[in-house]
This record gives sequence, C-alpha cells and structure tokens, in this order.
Amino acid sequence: MIAFTIEMALVATALLLVPGTLVAWLLARREWRGKTLVETFVMLPLVMPPVATGLILLQLFGRRGVIGSRLGFDVIFTWRAVVLAMTVMAFPLFVRTARVAFEHVTRRYEEIARTLGATEGRVFFTITLPLASRGIVAGAVIAFARALGEFGATILVAGNIPDQTSTIAVSIYSLVQLGEDHAAMSLLGVSVAISFAAILASELLMRKA
Amino acid sequence: MRLVFDDVRLALPEFELNASFDVETNALGIFGPSGAGKTTLLEIVAGLRKPDRGRILLDGVEITSLRARVRRIGYVPQDETLFPHMSVRGNVTYGVGQTFLSGQTRMSGPHWIDDLIDRSVAKLSGGERRRVALARAMMTNPRLLLLDELLAGLDDARKRQLIDLLPRPLIFVSHERDEIAALCEHVVSIDRGQCSPPASLPHTSFSLASRPQLNR
Repeated sequence: MIAFTIEMALVATALLLVPGTLVAWLLARREWRGKTLVETFVMLPLVMPPVATGLILLQLFGRRGVIGSRLGFDVIFTWRAVVLAMTVMAFPLFVRTARVAFEHVTRRYEEIARTLGATEGRVFFTITLPLASRGIVAGAVIAFARALGEFGATILVAGNIPDQTSTIAVSIYSLVQLGEDHAAMSLLGVSVAISFAAILASELLMRKA
Repeated sequence: MRLVFDDVRLALPEFELNASFDVETNALGIFGPSGAGKTTLLEIVAGLRKPDRGRILLDGVEITSLRARVRRIGYVPQDETLFPHMSVRGNVTYGVGQTFLSGQTRMSGPHWIDDLIDRSVAKLSGGERRRVALARAMMTNPRLLLLDELLAGLDDARKRQLIDLLPRPLIFVSHERDEIAALCEHVVSIDRGQCSPPASLPHTSFSLASRPQLNR
C-alpha cells in the first residue's frame, strides 16, 4: 500500500506536469481575457474543503456524471479515482510554484533571443523553460508531496478498498477508527519521512534557483 | 544606411519620447544624459517596443510593425544579457540556428573570441562579456547593429580594442561625448525624450574608412 501510494502520486505528478507548466506560463507571461477567472478557478482546490472538491469530482466522474458517462470505463472507486483526486488537489500548488519560477526569468533574455531570430517556441524551450527549470522541479516535488498526503477528496471518490484504492492517508484514518493505534503509528512514521524528504528537496532546489 | 524616424512618439512615465529625423549615415550616435530615452529609442528600432504612433524606415523599408525576430537588427544592450545557462559558444551561436542544440557542427564565433569560446559565461570579466555579446549579435549577420553604452566603464585600451571590431552600419548610444566623436559620423542628441536634428561629425583619429561593412 505504501508502494501503491507512491506510484499513484508519481502518476498524478506526471499528469499535471505539462498542463500545469502551460497554465503557469500563460499566467506569468501572457495577458488575456478571463485570466483572473482562470487564475481563481485553478486555485480553488487549494482553499475549498478537500471533501467538497471530492464531491464535485464524484458528480463529474460518476457513472452518470457529465464526464464519467462518456468515458467508457469506471473512474470512481478505482485506482483512477485516486490519481484523479491527487492530480486535482496538487495542481494549484504546482501552478503557483511554476508561475513564480517563470516570473523570475528576466524578460531581457527572451527579448534578446527574439532579436537573434528565435521564434516564440524556441524562446520558450531554449530560454524560458531552462531558466525556470529548478522552480518547476521544486513545484513538481511539492505537488508530489501533496498528492501523497491526499485524503479528503480521495476518501470520497476512491473510498478505502484494500489492495485497490487504499492509500497511506486513508489507511491511517481507518486504522485509527479500528483502534489499531500501533499500525497507524508506523504508517504515520512512513508518511512523515516521505513528506519531510520531499519538502526538504523542494526547499533546497528553490534556494539554488 | 538611411534611417527615417517619421514623427515617432511613445508615452513614457516621465515624458513623451518624440523622434523625427531623416539621416543617411554609417554610424549614428545617440547622445544624451541618463534617463533621456536613449535606450528606449534603441528598443524601438530593435522591435522590442512599439511606438504609440509614427513610422520607422530603414533603407526605404518600413519596419515599424515588423517583429524583432524578422528585423535582422543586432542589439547589444547595456545590461547583463548573456544567457546564463549556456556556455560562450552556446551564446555566440544562438542566432545561427539550432547548431548548439544538435551539436553536429562545432561552430565558433569570430576569431577575436577564440580564447573565450569554451569558457563559462559566469567566469567572464566585464570587457569579455561585452566582446561575447557583440560577437553574438554579429553572428546573425544583421543589417544594422545597435550598441547601448558598449564602451562605458572600460579603460582606453579595451575601448580601442572593441572599436576596432565594430562593423557598419551601427547606432551607438552613449552619454560620453568623446565616445560618440570617436565612433560616429552623425549624432542625434536626446533630452527628456526630445530628439535634436542629426548633426554630422568630423572624422577623427578612429578613421572609419577601412571598417568592414555588414552584408545587407
């Protein structure tokens, strides 16, 4: 179950990397209509109760949901729901960190690249992205840590099915409920260790950035 | 080169930039105190800033609405602008295409940066940085070179070294009258955004006759 949780968090982080980077760049470098609206929408899961976010996901991805009814495969109460909850909850944290990283890239470098004949795509991939890369990696690490600890949305959309959707956070909760404090404490230790390592790595990356 | 500024205006926080002149020259100096709008004028020519109104013509072709990418105007700004995540070679060959990405052709810059080509950008001195920035702009074979305070803060020997490398045509920005006199054929003075009509300068000890011409 520890390996399963790490695996799901890695998948979630991988899934949000490309769209998250794109959204962060759009927010940092471009002015467009509805930007504030999108900005607010992206940040919503950060401030809403995770259970409420979970409920929205349940409505959308349930068998009769707007999205769920068109997918052709089950999401709710499967490992996909675990990834979905993790991705949605970690997305805003990643976007925030990556956006700051993009904002710290000196625009002058991009301008000079343009005077040297570079297309917008080349400017992005050879100047902006490499110069923001540490911040983006730091954002990915934070997102991964957030995904690992996801509970509120997960319990609602994925439940706690042993060997299928059971993550560290959900297991700690149910072990405490069952009065198995000893097992809960050892899982707690694992959880603290992984989170500590992830945040430390992210801080070190940001400091060098 | 014939450069025409046709009633070009741009509102800046403290004043309005206002440039209207027509000059045929191979080396134009832009002279004025700090904060007079010199750099902004260069950025407009480079395509990094759009004027509120007016037209700019270079050799009879209007460039006002062209993107910086397609103008083929080399720009060596005053501030720090060597790409910090690339080597000197990466910087110098950036404008020549995908060379440094593919690594297939080991291109280098002009011979006068041979001693720097494999160095890291972070370890260059101020004078070396300017040589590299100049080489980078020249490698794209621009039809006009813009130089912002290229010689500021360098000793006379280093200044002379750089001056000898400069191709034509160029626009050279400085707040030092001597530098303009040493390098330019014509000068436009600018103060609080107001440009004077171009004045021609007498030829000086840094003779301009034997300088290499940039390809058009």
